[in-house]
Amino acid sequence: MAVNYIYPDCEVVRNYDRCISCRACERQCANEVHSYIEEENKVVSNDAECVDCHRCVSICPTRALKIVPTDHNFKANASWSKTNIYEVYKQAESGGVLLSSMGNPNAFPIYWDKILLNASQVTNPSIDPLREPMETRVYLGAKNQEVKRDADGRVIPEMTPQLKLSMPVMFSAMSYGSISYNAHESLARASQELGIFYNTGEGGLHEDFYQYGANTIVQVASGRFGVHRGYLDAAAAVEIKMGQGAKPGIGGHLPGAKIGEDVSRTRMIPVGSDAISPAPHHDIYSIEDLRQLVFSLKEATAYTKPVIVKIAAVHNVAAIASGIARSGADIISIDGFRGGTGAAPTRIRDNVGIPIEMALAAVDTRLREEGIRDRVSVLAAGSIRNSADVVKAIALGADAVYIGTAALLALGCHLCRTCNVGKCNWGIATQVPELVRRLNPDVGYKRLVNLMTAWNHEIEEMMGGMGINSIESLKGNRLMLRGVGLNEKELSILGIKHAGE
Amino acid sequence: MSATLSAIELGYQPLNDAVREAKGDIVINNAFGERFIAASATGDKNIVINGTPGNALGCYLDGAKVTVNGNAQDAVGDTMNDGEIVVHGRAGDALGYAMRGGVIYVKGDSGYRTGIHMKQYRDKRPVIVVGGRTGSFLGEYMAGGLLIVLGLYSSGLPPVGRYTGTGMHGGRIFLRCETPPDDLPAQVVCERATDEDVVSVSEYIKTFARLFGANLEELLGSTYFVLTPNASNPYRQLYTAN
Repeated sequence: MAVNYIYPDCEVVRNYDRCISCRACERQCANEVHSYIEEENKVVSNDAECVDCHRCVSICPTRALKIVPTDHNFKANASWSKTNIYEVYKQAESGGVLLSSMGNPNAFPIYWDKILLNASQVTNPSIDPLREPMETRVYLGAKNQEVKRDADGRVIPEMTPQLKLSMPVMFSAMSYGSISYNAHESLARASQELGIFYNTGEGGLHEDFYQYGANTIVQVASGRFGVHRGYLDAAAAVEIKMGQGAKPGIGGHLPGAKIGEDVSRTRMIPVGSDAISPAPHHDIYSIEDLRQLVFSLKEATAYTKPVIVKIAAVHNVAAIASGIARSGADIISIDGFRGGTGAAPTRIRDNVGIPIEMALAAVDTRLREEGIRDRVSVLAAGSIRNSADVVKAIALGADAVYIGTAALLALGCHLCRTCNVGKCNWGIATQVPELVRRLNPDVGYKRLVNLMTAWNHEIEEMMGGMGINSIESLKGNRLMLRGVGLNEKELSILGIKHAGE
Repeated sequence: MSATLSAIELGYQPLNDAVREAKGDIVINNAFGERFIAASATGDKNIVINGTPGNALGCYLDGAKVTVNGNAQDAVGDTMNDGEIVVHGRAGDALGYAMRGGVIYVKGDSGYRTGIHMKQYRDKRPVIVVGGRTGSFLGEYMAGGLLIVLGLYSSGLPPVGRYTGTGMHGGRIFLRCETPPDDLPAQVVCERATDEDVVSVSEYIKTFARLFGANLEELLGSTYFVLTPNASNPYRQLYTAN
């Protein structure tokens, strides 16, 4: 029976010299790892249920707990790692497709870490952002191709719709359903305070959050959940989801069990019914078909809002982006293979797609070569971890970036990667009311504001160091970048020189 | 505020701007493939189109009434939320994609992927009635609502193409025929409609007969098959937490 016993990944280590048997860990763990033995006045832990989320560790008043990776392992084998062996065991037992959460955790190259930024010395003075004006404001949308004048020669001030961002970072698409009400409220309020945008994902917009519409991007996916006139009218921009970096070619499936009363209202489907959003839009088979959906959304919103098309970074991303730029979309969002997810098949998440750094550089280069870069703004997403990644992304050609995982970390996520289970102890990836209450939106939104404010200062400082005082001058400015430890091919795709050149 | 517009002279964008501004009775003459007519139009509009409107007629429709005296093209009623579309002719592919509310009547045939992703929600229960045959993938991923295919002029054969109801997980499909399709997927249960079943949808069949002058007695007296999702849906057992 226990032929394929899965030994727990981690061990809960309790220092009994410090533990005061207050049972806080027991109360806080939705996975029921901790239990109290009354006769001995002792709290014990069951490692097998632990997801390594650090909730207990964080709230323990005497610092009596830590979670450590187990040293129990198989005989060393460079090919057959423990992960590989256990995945075979799990599938031999269940016959199921492996399902994982959050972004690809494997050791692929991270190009952000192999790119270094420039700074001014002697001949071109750097700028002190604390004393001199710095511009991090960004406008997203197609730029006018020509200046129109009336009969008297006066400029006709007719602009294509633009999103105005105070800084080049937005919160990426995470649906209500995959994350909690309080998480959405935190994102919405932070966006409003910061003058940026958050994205509803494909789960519709909760009626309580229509008030943040001016800072909301609403998503339209193949299932069209929650899409109706009011939803489109409420938003600042509409995003068509064609793909997602964590699962290119794969759609979404929120099981009926997660569709409670409230989630049902925003998705506009009955309680308990499965929400299936297949990967293909079954009405889109060509750029012309995409153009039809883009323009149907523009017609429905009277050409007042930019339309974003979101795709996963895949092998032919540059050619695809070129098509999208010609489809009438105002903004292209590219999601790299490290992008997060509430749930994706493990094999897809870990093996499909390409790094955002490569995809972004390839798209920017292609659009420039074709002379259509100004027709669209480009958003980069999928593993932007800090302000230096933001600066590098913009220098590679992005207009702005989306962050998902970093925003969730600010809200308390500890990257235990079990969102799909729905028992998030931090109140983020769950719909269980007692757990959702643990995320206080008053605190959550403030932490997001703090994070973004700090990043913006750092962006200004890095720009100032380069002698640049406007983010516009950084965009696509690859001379500000140098590679380290990259081969000729990588450098040529990234369009940057090696350090020392 | 009512308006009479000539589509072919305006072109689709000025035409749709004019429709957006108008209220009450709106007549559009000389339609010749102009797209997105009546996009997200509300209940204060009653639009009559003479000619052939283009793709995405009545997309996101939200209460308006649209009558087409002619054929319609692809994506009629895409993501329609409320209202009524009546086509006195045929309709193209992806009719009523992800429709959530309202009702669509088509006198003749419709194309591939009719009523896919149809949903229902609270008092919203979308209905599509197709008088002729439909193409393949009827009701694919259907999650709610009602599809009726009358198969007029198809002499007892299933009035649908292949793969009807693939991925269906809600709603009902009525097919008027003597024998059901022979390639229904495992997610679908197909049963001969009882008298009660037919009564439950008769108001739509009656409206169809009234709109298009069909023989109501013949329609109500015919054999129907009802397709519903198979409750023992195997989809969710596919995954193993990793």
